[in-house]
Amino acid sequence: MAILSLKDVRKNFGKTEIIRGVNLDIERGEKHAIIGPNGAGKSTLFHLISGLYGVTHGTIQFKEHLIQNRTPYEISRLGLARSFQVTNIFPRMNVFENVRCALFWPHGYRYSFWHLLGRQTELNERTLQVLEQIGLQDKMHFPAGELAYAQQRALELGIAIASGAEVIMLDEPVAGMSHSEAENAVQLIRGITEGKTLIMVEHDMSIVFDVADRISVLVYGEIIACDKPENIRANPQVQEAYLGEVAVNA
Amino acid sequence: MLDVFIFATLNGLVTGLLLFMLASGLTLIFSMMGVLNFAHASFYMLGAYFAYSISLYFGFWTGLIFAPLIVGVLGAFVERYGLRRVHQAGHVAELVFTFGLAFLIEEAVQFFWGPGTKNYQQPELLDFPLFTLFGQEFPAYRGFMIGISITIFIGLYYLLTRSRIGIIIQAAITHPKTVANLGHNVPLIFMGVFGVGTALAGVAGVIAGPVLTTFPGMAVVLGSIVFVIVVIGGLGSLAGAFIASLLIGLLQSYAIASDVGVPDLLNLLGLEFARDHPLTDLWTMTLPQIAPILPFLLLVLVLIFRPTGLLGKREQ
Amino acid sequence: MAFLKKSTIWIAYLLALLVLPQFFNSILAISIYNQMAIAIVFALSYNMLLGQGGMLSFGHAVYFGLGGFLAVHTLIMIEFETVYFSIIFIPLVGGVIGLLAAIFIGSFSTHKAGTVFAMISLGIGELIAASSLIFVSFFGGEAGVSGDRTFGPPLFGVEFLQDVEIYYLAAGWVFIATVFMYLFTQTPAGRMANAVRDNPERAEFIGYSARRVRFISFCAAGFFAGIAGGLFALNYEFITEENLNAATSGRVLLMAYIGGLGYFIGPIVGAVILTLMNSLLSNYSELWMLYLGILFLLTVMFLPRGFAGFIMMHQVAWIRGKLHTLFIPYLLTGIPALILILSCVALLEMSHIEEEVLHYLGLELNPATLLTWVITIVIASASLFAIRLTLPRLRAAWEAANAIPDSEDG
Repeated sequence: MAILSLKDVRKNFGKTEIIRGVNLDIERGEKHAIIGPNGAGKSTLFHLISGLYGVTHGTIQFKEHLIQNRTPYEISRLGLARSFQVTNIFPRMNVFENVRCALFWPHGYRYSFWHLLGRQTELNERTLQVLEQIGLQDKMHFPAGELAYAQQRALELGIAIASGAEVIMLDEPVAGMSHSEAENAVQLIRGITEGKTLIMVEHDMSIVFDVADRISVLVYGEIIACDKPENIRANPQVQEAYLGEVAVNA
Repeated sequence: MLDVFIFATLNGLVTGLLLFMLASGLTLIFSMMGVLNFAHASFYMLGAYFAYSISLYFGFWTGLIFAPLIVGVLGAFVERYGLRRVHQAGHVAELVFTFGLAFLIEEAVQFFWGPGTKNYQQPELLDFPLFTLFGQEFPAYRGFMIGISITIFIGLYYLLTRSRIGIIIQAAITHPKTVANLGHNVPLIFMGVFGVGTALAGVAGVIAGPVLTTFPGMAVVLGSIVFVIVVIGGLGSLAGAFIASLLIGLLQSYAIASDVGVPDLLNLLGLEFARDHPLTDLWTMTLPQIAPILPFLLLVLVLIFRPTGLLGKREQ
Repeated sequence: MAFLKKSTIWIAYLLALLVLPQFFNSILAISIYNQMAIAIVFALSYNMLLGQGGMLSFGHAVYFGLGGFLAVHTLIMIEFETVYFSIIFIPLVGGVIGLLAAIFIGSFSTHKAGTVFAMISLGIGELIAASSLIFVSFFGGEAGVSGDRTFGPPLFGVEFLQDVEIYYLAAGWVFIATVFMYLFTQTPAGRMANAVRDNPERAEFIGYSARRVRFISFCAAGFFAGIAGGLFALNYEFITEENLNAATSGRVLLMAYIGGLGYFIGPIVGAVILTLMNSLLSNYSELWMLYLGILFLLTVMFLPRGFAGFIMMHQVAWIRGKLHTLFIPYLLTGIPALILILSCVALLEMSHIEEEVLHYLGLELNPATLLTWVITIVIASASLFAIRLTLPRLRAAWEAANAIPDSEDG
């Protein structure tokens, strides 16, 4: 059974239909990439799954739960974590606290005001582990807002994966990075999503074909193809959509 | 009964239009900078005080023209050297800045004019009853207040919607970056709008000073109500502010003019409570008594049930 | 050992609170200490909202005032023997009332932070302040309500007749409240308050409802504000509408901001500075509120992180061992700055005074003669000029002290 399953998902903003009936099944452990031209609705689709927007129509099933129209925090608690296209961290808190905050809920602290954080050895050790994974342990006392861009992106990833969620959604994880930074980021993504389900929106095709097991192509709010990377590469429809000269069915 | 109603309506209209003169400036400034100017009513107070000082030497009419100009220049100055500096630190810092400014202006007014009430009089020219209805007189000065408010609003409306500068301002409010790229000096526009907004508050002060008394607390009295209005109307919505101004003006006016209270309601229901009950204040409450809290009650209700206000779109 | 090292600062704080009355023990001094104690708890509770939770409140006095009113009513009940317990628990009564009020109001006002929250807090503050004048039997109208703290059962023979006894009681409560407010910042709820302040959207994606997090901070802030209100009731034995209106809410905002938001110690600094200004400056000048307004605006504009932030700015230079290089430049700019401030104050006082001479810093200034004015203005301009002359040097020294060395050593 698919871990995440979208059935005829639609989203309107006013009269404009942005997502026009998306069906998508993502298997456990799969590395799935969503590609498509600008404005195709990739980020909107992410926002629908993660609960930032409610759907206009259709269902989204995550494990055994129907999660369409649930709040982001409910979905996150079920084990679905995500990162953002625009760096979205806690700028005034230091790097260590940024990561540790992401661990509170999965470690069962809820809204506790009776646990002193200094004494939570397990929590703090796990935070250090995550920091090591994302290579920021030497910056852990810096305010997150003062980090360099690539480091902020790494922290963004760290917050997303810290919780140990089963499904990790990454929205353009290497956007705006230099070539070498992007290479490091890809190594990082591989490492941290080992054995987990990954859904990723990315523009850099070399990375997409490098990382993904399966690729969906989203054009004007519809998935026009969903297949293995080599088939997607050969698919004439996809090429046309990207080159965009002739109508698809002409 | 009818006479009470008509006069309450007229008085409510006067208050409502006066409130809108403040609320319109506040709304314009909010849509532009995204910050509520806590000190807006302080500029209203400054308008009254400047006009008072000018009227001592040159009469009311000179004050009516020059006091708002001085206030507007002062406002532009505050925007240029104060608010713009704080702007980078975010909205909370801006709000706190204007809060401090309100505090400072109140103290400065006491420093220059003293803590007492000033004997700021309406002009003799308008010291006659405009008309007499059911044996009650309606003062000409109140008619003048209505007239001048409406004139200003019509002027402002045409300026904003018909003139070139008005269209640039409207564009600058929603798309400041685009307008800047088109070669317009957006900071200058911001400063200008802030100046005009505060000058409007100044005009309100000049004409309200003689009626609502000119004293150092006048900003506090009106300030929070104007805040209530722009929030109820919907932050950034001029039409909403207009409706809310009239609504609050009329509501308060009717509440004060009425003489009903909880006792009447209890009589109607045939209930009676002991006078020495701990909650006796609740049983004896009357509508005129709670008139001052009505705007705030309305504010809390609106914010709970419709956080965007009556006609607002933006939440933050 | 680690525990001892961590607690050093707390032991020092407790000792400072306890020995303070040994140095200055005049009636005025004790009364100032008591005001400080109240202000510290109140300002710290405000910082839980604004500094740590990002909620700008214009109505925090509501919880202080309601706590205080109930505390006075409890004193009256003790007096009439309706209830029987020692008055040392009165602040707790205030705290519980503050908490209950915060639970009720927070349940609908913490939905949003930012402008909406600020407006609701303002509206509720005005609503309750105005209602307090209507419900006379509880709030006592303009006159307020008063009680007597000496009727409760004595504690080890102490009957709390004197202010100094109240001071020790207040000091105890201040210490406890400070410790607990600090500990709150070290819990998941306290940390998430920071996270929601920084980025409410992101907080929702790591499993937390931003609204719930704000609500918890809001309730805690209400609880401690209520404790401050209870202390107020014990100290003054009366309370009026003024203690829950916008002016009191504004004052606590001033305290926390001037002291420094975002630093735990900031509000304490602010509470001490403002209480001192309030009690001491008001004896010398009628204009002290004007000075306070100017100080506040200057703080917002030039020291957005307050006095505590200003001190913390020197951390880097201190760690690098370069603090001493700043000493001379500070002195060179600081002295003319001080002279400028003093001469501006002289100008303000001269234009305000109604007597013949102004006694100022041991001088007798005569506002009637032009010469006095000219001299003062010349001094002011000269010092302004001196500041402009020395400022570049201070700036250069500052940059040198803070510059990152070539070999980055973290």
